Parts: sequence; C-alpha cells; structure tokens
Amino acid sequence: MTTIATDTPRSRLDLTRPILWLFAAFMIVLIVLPLSWLAVFAFTDKARHPTLQNFVTLFTDPAFLDPLLTTAIIATTSAVACCLVAAPIGWLVSRTDMPGRQIIRALVTASFVTPPFLGAVAWELLAAPNSGMLNQLYRYLTGAEDPLFDIYSLTGLIFVISCYTFPFVFVLVANALDNMPGELEDASAILGGKAWTTARRVTIPLAMPALVAGALIAFLQAMTLFGSPAILALPAGFHTMTTKIWSLFQYPPKLELAAAAAVPLLLLTILLLQGQKVLLGRRGYSVLGGKYGPPRPIEMGAWRWAALAFCLLVLLNPVFLPYFALLNAAFSPNATTLVTPATATLHNIVFVFTELSSTQLALKNTVILGASTATIGTTLALVVAYVTTRRVIASHRVLGFLATAPVAVPGIVLGVGLFLSYTRPPFVLYGTLWILLLAFLTITLPSAYQQLQAAFATIHPELEDASRILGASRLQSLRQITAPLLRTGVIATWCFIFIGVMRELSAAIVLFTSQTKVLSVLIYDLNESGDLAAISVLGIAMLVITFAVVLAVNRIPMFGGGAGAKLRNS
Amino acid sequence: MRGRKLSRRDILQGSAALAVGTVFASPVRAQAPEPVAITSALVDAAKKEGKLIFYSSMDLPVGEKLGKAFEAAFPGVTIQIERSGSERLFQRIDQEFASNIRAADIVNSSDASHFISWKKNGWLMPFVPEDVAKHFPESYRDPDGMFATSRVWLSSIAYNTNLVKAEDAPKSFADLLDAKWAGKMVKAHPAYSGTIMTATFQLVRELGWEYMERLAKQRVMQVQSSTDPPKKLSLGERAVMADGNEYGIVLLKEAGQPVEPVYPTEGTPTISGPTGIFRSAEHPNAAKLFQAWLHTRETQQFFIDFSAQYSVHAQVQSKPGRRKISDIKLMKEDAEGVEKMTEEIKTRYARLFRV
Repeated sequence: MTTIATDTPRSRLDLTRPILWLFAAFMIVLIVLPLSWLAVFAFTDKARHPTLQNFVTLFTDPAFLDPLLTTAIIATTSAVACCLVAAPIGWLVSRTDMPGRQIIRALVTASFVTPPFLGAVAWELLAAPNSGMLNQLYRYLTGAEDPLFDIYSLTGLIFVISCYTFPFVFVLVANALDNMPGELEDASAILGGKAWTTARRVTIPLAMPALVAGALIAFLQAMTLFGSPAILALPAGFHTMTTKIWSLFQYPPKLELAAAAAVPLLLLTILLLQGQKVLLGRRGYSVLGGKYGPPRPIEMGAWRWAALAFCLLVLLNPVFLPYFALLNAAFSPNATTLVTPATATLHNIVFVFTELSSTQLALKNTVILGASTATIGTTLALVVAYVTTRRVIASHRVLGFLATAPVAVPGIVLGVGLFLSYTRPPFVLYGTLWILLLAFLTITLPSAYQQLQAAFATIHPELEDASRILGASRLQSLRQITAPLLRTGVIATWCFIFIGVMRELSAAIVLFTSQTKVLSVLIYDLNESGDLAAISVLGIAMLVITFAVVLAVNRIPMFGGGAGAKLRNS
Repeated sequence: MRGRKLSRRDILQGSAALAVGTVFASPVRAQAPEPVAITSALVDAAKKEGKLIFYSSMDLPVGEKLGKAFEAAFPGVTIQIERSGSERLFQRIDQEFASNIRAADIVNSSDASHFISWKKNGWLMPFVPEDVAKHFPESYRDPDGMFATSRVWLSSIAYNTNLVKAEDAPKSFADLLDAKWAGKMVKAHPAYSGTIMTATFQLVRELGWEYMERLAKQRVMQVQSSTDPPKKLSLGERAVMADGNEYGIVLLKEAGQPVEPVYPTEGTPTISGPTGIFRSAEHPNAAKLFQAWLHTRETQQFFIDFSAQYSVHAQVQSKPGRRKISDIKLMKEDAEGVEKMTEEIKTRYARLFRV
C-alpha cells in the first residue's frame, strides 16, 4: 500500500503551487506597485527627498480641510440614507408576499447598472434650480418663484450619490434575508414570539452583519466617487476630496500633494474596516451549509399594495425619473424641454453616431475593456478566493489582504498610483488599454473576491477532499466538483465586473489618452462643455449595451443559461 | 479692397495685437520655411496616412463640423477630434509627451500662451501654409512658422431674454457686481478653459483682482468649459453669463434661442486660437494638409460663417447681418502676459471661487 502510493500518483505534477505563486506575484505587482509609488510621492518632495511638508500643507490649508469635512459628511449621510432605504426594501422583497417582488429586484439592478455620473447628469436635467424639469413643473403648478429643488448643493449631491449607492446595501441585505433559514423564525413564533419579538430577537440580529457591511460599502462608495461631485459640487462652489485631488492634476501637476491627500481617505477606510470588526465582534453568524426550508413569507394583507407603492416611489429617484429625463433629452431640441411629437428630433442621435468622432472608438474600447476585465478579474478573484477559503498556501492571508486592499484606495488615487508606476520603464503602459485594464482589475477585484469567497464558503470542502482522496489532483477536483457548484456565482461576478467597468470614471479620467478613451470619460468631457443631449444619447446607448451583455452572459448555455436573478448575488 | 484690408489690420493689430509675434523675434530665430500650397502630392501623402488626430477646445458641434468639412474635402482622410478645455488639453499633452506618447498630430488651443511653452520645448513643426504667408498679419503668425492664428473670438457677457428685460440687462462688467445678479450668473473656469484663462488675465489687468473678489461673492454658478455658459443660459438655468464664448451666444441666438450678447463698456476680452503641428506627429502629411486647408480663404470664410468667430485672413469678410469685430470695443491680448500669470490666476481664482 505504502509503496504503491509513493510510486504512482505523486509522480504526477501538481501544478497548483507554481500557478498560485504566479498569481501572488501578479497581485503584488498589481496592487503593491502603485501603492508604493503613492507612498513615495506622499512622503517626499519634488526631488524625492523625504519630507512631511505635503501633510503640513494639507492640514493647515482650509482649501484641503473643507473638502475633507465635506467628504466625511457626504459619505456618512449617504451611508445612513442608503440603509434607511435599502433595508426595508430588502426585507419587503425577500420576506413578504408583496406583489411584483421580482420587478422591484430588477429595478434595483437597473439602478446599480446606471453609472453614477450618468445619474448625476440626469438629475441635472431634472432638478437644476431653474431649468430642471421638476422645478419647471413645480413653478407651472404653483406659480412660485423659488425652485423646489437645487441639485447643485450638498443635499442634492448626497441625494444623487445615495440613489446609485443603495443597491450595494440592498443586495447584501436581501441576500442575507434570502439565505436566512425560515426555521429560526418559525421556532421563535412557535415559542410564542410575536412578529415584532421575532424580528427583534431573530431576524434583525441575523441581518445586522449584512446591513453593517452594506453601510460600510456605501460609505466607501460615496467617499471615493468622482463623477457625481465633479458634475454637481463644482457648479455649487465646493470640492470633495476626489475633485480636489483631480484639481491637483492641473498643470503644473502637484502629484506629491495628490498622493498625500489620498492618505486621509486611506486611513478613514482602514478605521472603518476595523470599526466593523469591533462592532460585529467575532460572533459567527454563519447559517449556511445545511438544508433549510425557505423563509416563510409574511402575509401583509392590504398593506402589500402600500408596500409596493413605497418601493416604486423610492425607485422613481434612481430609475424612472432619470431614465425619463435622459430619453426626453435624447429626442429634444433643448435638453430640458418636454418633447412632443411635433418637436421630437433625431438630431442628437445623428450627431452622436455620425458626427461625434470619438463615439466609435470609445464604444469599442469600453466593450473590449469591460469584457477582458471581467474575464481576467473573475479568474483572478476565483483563484484568490479558492486559496483563502481552502488555505491552500501558507501565505493565503496575504493574498486575501492584497485582494481586499484596493477597496481602501479611491479610484482617482489608484489612477495616480498607476500613472506613476506605468509611465516609466520597465513598464510603459500609459497610452495603451493595458493601463486601464490594470486599473479596472484593481478597482473591481475586492468586491469580485468577496463575492466569490462567499460563494466558496457555501461549498463544503469535504466534497473536494473526497475527490482528492479518490485520487484526483487539486485542479481536477476543482474542475469536476467545485466549478459546477460555483457557476452562478461566477456569472454574477463576471457581470458585476463588467458593469463596474462601465461605471468607472475616476481612474480612467487620469489614465486615458485620445486613443484609449472610454465612454465614461467621453460623457464627462461632454458634460464639461454642456452637451447634455449628446450625453443622454450616449448614456442610453451605454445602458443598452450593458443590459444586452448582462442578459447574453446569463444565457450562455454552458453556464446553465436561463437561470434568472443571477445579479441578486452580486 | 486694399483700403479695407489695411483698416482691418489696423483694428486687429491696434486693439488686439498679440505679443506672440514679438516674443519670438529673438536674434537667434530660424527662418520660417518656404510657404506650402496644397498640392496633389501632399493630398496623396495625407491619404496614405488616412487619419488625423486633432486636439482642440472648440465647441464640440463647431469642431466636428469643421472635421466633417475636411473629410468631405479630402475623402480618405478621417479626422478624430479630441475636445476638451484648453488648460486640460495642455496638461494632457504635457503628460503624454512626458511618457513618450505622441497621440496629437495637430492642436488648436484657446490659450495662445500654450504655444510659447510648446515652442520653447521644441515640440512644434515649422510649416507655413501659402495663405498664412500671404494673407495673415505678422502679429498673428509665428515668425518661425510654428503656428498661425486660425480664429479670433470673444468672451462676452450675455443674458437670457426670457428672464431679463433688455433695459435691465447688465451693460458692463461693473454691472455684474449689482446685488440683483447674485445667484443668477454662470461663468466658466480659467483652470479648465483657455478662453477663460485669457479673458481672466485681461479682466484682472483692466479691473484688478478686486473685481474678481467682488464677483466671487455673487454666488456664481461655476462651470468648466467656456462653451458651457451659453448653453446654461439658453436653457434658462441662469439669467446672466458673466463670461463664456460670445460665438456660442451668437449661434444660439441665430438658432432662435432666447439669448443676447452684451459687449461690456470696459471692452470685451479677446482670444486668439493658434493652430500648430507637433514635430512628432504620427500623421505629419495629414496634419500639414489640414493646416494648409484650415487657413485658406475658403475654409476661413466657411469657418467664420458657421462658427460666428472672426478670421484674421485678410480676404475674409464677416457674414452679412453679424456684428463686425471692428465695431466692438476690445481688450488687448497679451499671450506673454498670460504665460507669466497662469499660476497666479489659477491659485487666486481657486481661492476666491473656492473650486
């Protein structure tokens, strides 16, 4: 027995380790290189002599402190607002017999797919104080002089950011509630717990980690967003940290200050991640792994319709109203005038697709980058998630940390880091699509990794162990056992990254050149020159492409196509 | 004919004389190359390259229309226009050159001082189209043939006629400081737009920083590109435009939008937009063809007719019905002055307007 065992199977090469080390090396280059350059620039002067002067400048100048405070206010209030909206909707969709639950999920997905900068432009069309359509309507109805809404304000910005951040919280909360075993609540009910007691003692505590995690993600999203503040805060006369960092790129670029300005954002993120750990303690909330009955839907009676009305009312803000405004502007001779059959024009569409010379290039680049980032990113996240959940190599923690670390780095800061890393030998990637690929990979990696890690966690390792005991190599057991079980998670992650690339502006704005322009940058440029109708046409095209790709991917037969609601796992 | 030409030159040189001409009249300067006409050899060489990348800050529909006209004139050469604010383009070109990226073939900036830097860096290619040599005033072309002024335009005040009665409209920059315009104005940003950089320099020179300080207290809506304020005005988003492209206002007015330009009593800031080819151009022949074509009388006439800007080509006439630049009191241009003051303008402006 022993002799046989040493002779035959072990002579087969197990490629796992070399492959894994290769991945580790790639991740280190991907993440450590730009971050190191950032650190170097933050702590040195122009001659690269060590100094703390950048931080002194930063913390004594109100021009930096104000944006920092503003950003903190925006991030906190947006996170709270997102939770207040996402938690009830998540609960209604997951736990009640409210009609149209699938539609509500789809609409939340639609708000997630909408790039935040496009939403910001749409809300300019709707709620600019004087020309905004809602304000026009309000004045028409009431005869009032003053506007009802002013989107160019701190409140306006927080509102728009929340519109496109709450899906992150929703998805986490709804997933947690979906996966919560109904038996626990049943038990509480059987033991005489009233509905509210059950909610307070069982449901809410079980959903709490998801909500806290959601709040954290919302905070980070709101803090690191570039497009919405650039579109709404600058006209209002204030900066956030991201727009401030962007302004430091003006000629002559002050890269040292830009790098130093990123440090407070990094520290804030690390603090938050730690805070989350303290808050949740080390209590295990895992209830996955066995077969439980589906949660019992709560019968709401007549309240069902009130609940649906509430959800639709909320979704008016990220979806119905903005899409309406964009569609109207696309066909309108004047972006904020209501289109009638008599005034409708195809001029904007003709302009974007036949006259605007960067349209084709930007479309092509965006689709290429979206598909390749999604494919490479999913693979990378898959491997790292496998290594960390199965503890394949000793340094799995380091890999996990590397994959999560970019979450702390605002896109624009990462853009700076990548710019510093790849504009000089040995890696001169600036001006090519490669640098954007690296940027998008790094930005989307943390959430892709977290999703796939969660997916792995639901598959018991004993299944793989069984396969390996029966003689399969690690790769074989992965292919034959784990992969089929992961299918849904993988597709969801791929779509998630693809959408993430479509949404991305903050790193691209630093890294693009005329030949590597992407749609988000083109839209930002058009906003800068006030070409709102062209933005609307491009924005709609962008949404159509995104939805088409996501639907197509979900229908690929080898991935078990046709299964709906994949995205809810994202 | 001759008389008209001279008076036209007098006006342009007298009221808006560019310093660029004299800045480079240094003793060591090289001779400008021989003027070049559009020949079939040049056209064939351009067609072989097939493509042209044009960095420009022109209002997008205007720039794209120019591009389409070029493509129609020379089928087989496609043009890709990179539109952005001139100050952003300047920063990007700097960033790209530093990384050895030579994407831009040819550039038209709305901050003439950029050409001072690019020329100093040795980035520009000497090339003199025949029309430039024959018909452009010396102060509007580089003595070494590195660039020529393709267009002149203004940054004016304007108002929305639905929101402001003609008699109430501001007549001067000083009028903008009236409390009644607080919260009702829109203006563009000198750190993004070359037009506004140039205009801000002239305003600060004529009216002092104190004017800017008081304007900043008026709660002005701050957009980026100088092409945006006319659009915000025509939407009715703001009642008054404190600065921005006058040609945008004229075009919108001609299209029936409720906007009206105002040429302030203090004088209207004047901007000239030179075009030059990069020495490193990947499509040098297409760039030369474009440069030559852009400065012909026909193109210049067509360009000012559809773009409502002004040409320094001696044979170009203003479109009937449009106001002549000679009838407008202008502020004097000074590209060298702008170059010296760029940093100060960016810093002080950001401090005053907080963005």
